[in-house]
Amino acid sequence: MDVALAREWMRATAAAVAAGADRLTRLDAAIGDGDHGVNLNRGFTAVVAALDQEAPPTVGEVLAKAGSTLMSRVGGASGPLYGSALRAAGRALPQTSAVRPDELVAALRAGLDAVRKLGGAAPGDKTMIDAYAPALDAFEQAVAAGAGLAQAAAAAARAATAGAEATVPMRARKGRASYLGERSVGHQDPGATSASLMFQALSDVSQVGPSGADSAGVKHC
Amino acid sequence: MKKFINDPADVVAQALDGFAAAHPELRVDTAQRYIARADAPRPGKVGLVSGGGSGHEPLHAGFVGAGMLDAACPGEIFTSPVPDQILAATRAVDGGAGVVHIVKNYTGDVLNFQLAAELAADEGITVETVLVDDDVAVQDSTWTAGRRGTGATLLVEKIAGARAEEGGGLAEVAAAAREVNAASGSFAYALTAATTPAAGRPGFELPGDEIEAGVGIHGEPGRHRERLRPARELVRTALDAILAAKPFDGPVILLVNGLGGTPLIELYLICGEAARYLAERGVPIARRLVGNYVTSLDMAGMSLTLCRATDEMIRLWDAPVRTPGLRWGA
Repeated sequence: MDVALAREWMRATAAAVAAGADRLTRLDAAIGDGDHGVNLNRGFTAVVAALDQEAPPTVGEVLAKAGSTLMSRVGGASGPLYGSALRAAGRALPQTSAVRPDELVAALRAGLDAVRKLGGAAPGDKTMIDAYAPALDAFEQAVAAGAGLAQAAAAAARAATAGAEATVPMRARKGRASYLGERSVGHQDPGATSASLMFQALSDVSQVGPSGADSAGVKHC
Repeated sequence: MKKFINDPADVVAQALDGFAAAHPELRVDTAQRYIARADAPRPGKVGLVSGGGSGHEPLHAGFVGAGMLDAACPGEIFTSPVPDQILAATRAVDGGAGVVHIVKNYTGDVLNFQLAAELAADEGITVETVLVDDDVAVQDSTWTAGRRGTGATLLVEKIAGARAEEGGGLAEVAAAAREVNAASGSFAYALTAATTPAAGRPGFELPGDEIEAGVGIHGEPGRHRERLRPARELVRTALDAILAAKPFDGPVILLVNGLGGTPLIELYLICGEAARYLAERGVPIARRLVGNYVTSLDMAGMSLTLCRATDEMIRLWDAPVRTPGLRWGA
């Protein structure tokens, strides 16, 4: 992944969040207070503006900048959680203009660790982790098996979507949905859904790449 | 949705402008989004900062002033403030004696205040965080993010504010706040859902003859749904839940709080029912407060809060307070 692709990833995530804002908000209204789409959309709009303004020189700085922008603009739980995930991921990367898939795996792992540490949630608690963790595992396995970014990101996106759908029968133990107890069962978690949008965006931009290279041509992740 | 707004995206910013226009006696920083006492920081005085989502007015901005909060940070509607905002407010009120953050137990509030406290510590400001979690409707905290902070927030801010005003140190003010929280319990009913300007529709659908029991203050659904019953029965059920959760074997401070869309006539009726039932249960009421204080936008509904009050708490409750939302003795 190079700097241009990292920026495309954030831009595509912003577009996906904007397009899915209503759906996220509806999912959140069922078991939370119905502002997840609005908040995340506000944050990623600010991310795009910040990246347009500054153009960080490394992949790590793109992600870290996106993270700190989310943290200072979103509020709620999603601001600190998404913000620290991207910031930790960005800081874990070598300060180079392009990074290898295995380096991205380690960075995304650092991001997940940051979310788990801050939010105290575990898999099965009906949170964004239920999409993020399986997506990362799928990404890591694909990379270990020799896949390029495009293939690994596609596997991650599929796992994230499946992970988000798997939150439907779960009972929430973290966040506002946890106050509903059994009543949270039967609804897809909005945080897991937005996390799946982020992995889908990574997959989408990786298939084409910013310079139009096809997936087979993307050797330098 | 019918609301007096211009654009859903600008509601909080424009409300803050309006708050500044309404209260020239306070310092409103519309850029960094906090409200502070005009005389802050006061050297040697412990600063009290609270905040949370907007839509709960007068909480928290309405409780900034002499004898209560030094600063408040309003987030977006039902969304906690961001760390930058909380840090700016913390800096603005730090008089060298440290700052107490009063935080309602919602994941977003907890995380953002935690990050702000870490940033403040980096700058050499000592912060004590007090978590408010009085809502007894959340039964099993091992299965949730803990109990929510609701009506007791007002009591915590008033009593800790009085302690700070009379010169209490950081540990004393924080201890007073924690003691009030530990002694308090709350339970709420919603007759209708709240409508946030951004969503444009009610947070949940409630048939005409049904109510939500055990709601929080964010327009989220509550513990369960039930048929509307006479106020007398609802008050008794709510008080039973509170009385079962904690020992209330002495005088209490009673807060009858409206959630924003319920008229005072109903709140007074509820206060009468509560007073009667507490008398039956042998719980003396030392002080009482009735009104819309910890609201949920336009939600019709009410919450009851009891605090088992020590003499010291009652003394601090009676101390003068001069804020937009609460004012007596000063």
